[in-house]
Amino acid sequence: MIYFDKVSKIYNDDSIALKDVSFTVEPKEFVSIVGHSGAGKTTLLKLLLAEEYPTEGNIFFESKNVHNLGRNDVMKLRRRIGAVFQDFKLIPNKTAYENIAFAMEAAGKTEEEIESDVPHVLELVDLGKKIWSFPHELSGGEKQRVAIARAIVNQPDVIIADEPTGNLDPMNTYEIIKILCKINELGTTVILTTHNKGVVDSVGKRVLTIDAGSITRDDKEGKYVL
Amino acid sequence: MIWTSIKRICKSGFINFWRNGFVSFASVLVVVMSLFVFEALIFFSILGGVYINQIKDKVDVNVYFATNASEQDVLVLKKSIESLPEVAKVEYVSRDQSLIDFKARHSDDELTIQGLNELGLNPFPAALNIKAKDTSQYGSVAKFLESKNALTKNGSTIIESINYNKNKLIIDRLIKILDSLNKLGVAITSILIFIAIAITFNTIRLSIYASREEIGVMKLVGASNKYVRGPFVVSGIMYGLISSFITLIIFYPTVYYLGTITNNFSSDVNLVNYYIINFGQIFLIITGSGILLGAISSYLAVRRYLKV
Repeated sequence: MIYFDKVSKIYNDDSIALKDVSFTVEPKEFVSIVGHSGAGKTTLLKLLLAEEYPTEGNIFFESKNVHNLGRNDVMKLRRRIGAVFQDFKLIPNKTAYENIAFAMEAAGKTEEEIESDVPHVLELVDLGKKIWSFPHELSGGEKQRVAIARAIVNQPDVIIADEPTGNLDPMNTYEIIKILCKINELGTTVILTTHNKGVVDSVGKRVLTIDAGSITRDDKEGKYVL
Repeated sequence: MIWTSIKRICKSGFINFWRNGFVSFASVLVVVMSLFVFEALIFFSILGGVYINQIKDKVDVNVYFATNASEQDVLVLKKSIESLPEVAKVEYVSRDQSLIDFKARHSDDELTIQGLNELGLNPFPAALNIKAKDTSQYGSVAKFLESKNALTKNGSTIIESINYNKNKLIIDRLIKILDSLNKLGVAITSILIFIAIAITFNTIRLSIYASREEIGVMKLVGASNKYVRGPFVVSGIMYGLISSFITLIIFYPTVYYLGTITNNFSSDVNLVNYYIINFGQIFLIITGSGILLGAISSYLAVRRYLKV
């Protein structure tokens, strides 16, 4: 489904973010990418979202080279990949409902679909009562659940979660990981980056270890080794 | 689908404008200031033009005839002057009319009137007051009057004097001053309008800079450039529209106040009446400029952050 083929990324200041990285992610897989801060985890996800371009190598999403796509195809690709970030990235002047509705509007969904799906997906992440709350009225855990609701509302093929628990307390961390596992059980591929050993251990699925821009370990058993 | 998108973009633009209350308020204030400068410059440059034309209108060439010149000869010359392409209007003032005018002008001056009565005859010559289409054409009119064409049938001249030659220096200087004023006005207006546009553009750019992360998120959830940009352009149009209404409202008392001052040195032009009569045009110019300024500034400012 996703194939990184000898991908390197060197930024303008000559810092090497990724070095000759190759791996494959199969449909319905749950992959945790672990590594120290600055190891290249976020760069990997940015490359997949076509937010950054690789210096060398290719990234394929369902056999299509992500970086050969035109502007419209990149738009379509992003609608098939739901993204969750450490800093939530909610639109501050939109309510929980509107943040999720925006993703559906961007995908061209009708008003009827939006009116039926948004409350439903907010119920799924247990935020039915906060539907009209603005991000600043929500706790960190609630914000992250809105972000997950936004990521799954268009039923994407893949969810990428970049340190989604980085700003959360243990209780909310547990809740978020539980939701991500549930999404994966329902058939969505999940790629999670983290440096939280507890998170990786509780998921217990494939772990890719990245260090100084290179993949150093690919463990199917879900072991966290740094 | 397109109609739904337009509806959503407009709704989102209105909501953004309302929810970003302080930023919207600050932006509207700056746009009001720019539009006020813009409106003042346009209004006063148009008005300046009116004043200049009025001054130009007061310039004419007066031809005085010998007192023994027959009215028929004067009227023949009047006709030939009227046929000149440079001439806009020729007014004939007969000797009798000159006398009546003089008496009316000096009705308070008993000594002068008494002296005139004692004289027992009309000392005033007939005259032609000639207005050219343009102040620069008086020279050629004067040349015609000094040429053979202005002679009577028997070849004699009935013209006693032409005041153009006496006033030539003043007229030329006045033309130069008015032209320079006009050019200076255009230059100052252009510079200030450019500054006003730059300030408005930067204000709107700053308000959009505050939303740059939001734009990035919208792009990452798969929104098209048009769909991201649309609400910002709608908000920009609202800045322009609301600002232009405020500007037009606060401009009225300004014009009223200035009108009382300018009436002291020129009662020919009433500023308030001028504003009211030309309000339709001013409304269209200011509203159109406000909307264009807001929309174009937003469009350009968002473009920078769409490269995600």
